[in-house]
Amino acid sequence: MSVALELFFEFALLSFVAFGGATALLPEMHRVVVENHHWLDNTTFTHLYAIAQAAPGPNVLVVALIGWEIAGLAGALATTLAMCLPMSVLIYLLIDRWESLSGKRWQKAISIGVAPLAVGLVFSGATLIAQAAGFGWAAWALVAATVVVNLRSKLHPLWLIGIGAALGLLGLL
Amino acid sequence: MTAEEFNAQLGLCQFLPGPNVVNLAVVVGKRYQGLPGAIVAPLGMLAGPFVIVLMLALVYDRYGSLPVVQSMLRGIAAVGCGLLFAMAWRMGMALKDKPVFLPFTALTVVTIAGLRWPMPLVMIAGLAVSGGIAYWRLGRK
Repeated sequence: MSVALELFFEFALLSFVAFGGATALLPEMHRVVVENHHWLDNTTFTHLYAIAQAAPGPNVLVVALIGWEIAGLAGALATTLAMCLPMSVLIYLLIDRWESLSGKRWQKAISIGVAPLAVGLVFSGATLIAQAAGFGWAAWALVAATVVVNLRSKLHPLWLIGIGAALGLLGLL
Repeated sequence: MTAEEFNAQLGLCQFLPGPNVVNLAVVVGKRYQGLPGAIVAPLGMLAGPFVIVLMLALVYDRYGSLPVVQSMLRGIAAVGCGLLFAMAWRMGMALKDKPVFLPFTALTVVTIAGLRWPMPLVMIAGLAVSGGIAYWRLGRK
């Protein structure tokens, strides 16, 4: 099976559990792409995540970068399509019926039940990036500073990303 | 589209897994142009950023091995990591009934980040239990 096709199936499977969007998928993408298939190494995975952070547009496009590095244009199209297509079809079919479904007890229960899992996924994604990048104390200090500034101020994240890039360029991390 | 309609439909986009913005584009596209709209809207929204990201990938393929590029990306990754922790914190603070549901957050971190179990398994098992508890608690009120 060609790698692009394999990518399509792996990422289509992931799209069904992407509660919380692409961000929540980071740990699983890392497991599939780096640990299971050895398509990318830790360093490249971290770099692609960083590029996606800095790039404009929806954060789901990190999957395009991953697909590209593994299998070129076909790979980028495969991962992006796989991530978006299954739920797009489902939502197309469901949207007109949604008003009668929303607010039902089971629907509320799923929303409440999935939220704590999504928090855990995002937290896991953060620890994984830190691990994969092998942060030293200076990088951890930047991580901590970012958390504080992001939670306490309204400074746009792009400024922080710019500062991070500059500190990196100066060789401080 | 009124604000209420938008909110109700955004509800489904957030309820279903997958990228919310893409889901929302499908909904808005369908509403205005039916099936063609539902296909063109998400494509139109993703096409530009997709091309930009691939151009960045080309630059990375060419210069990514330079130490100076690597250290810059390392700085961005550190900030990105911090943004993720902050996002997790905010999402965690927004949880209802924290004493009941925060343990599921901890279990997710242990199984996903620690034990590296497959995410579909963790999500289905976790959702069955935490969703079950939520269902039960909703019935009690």
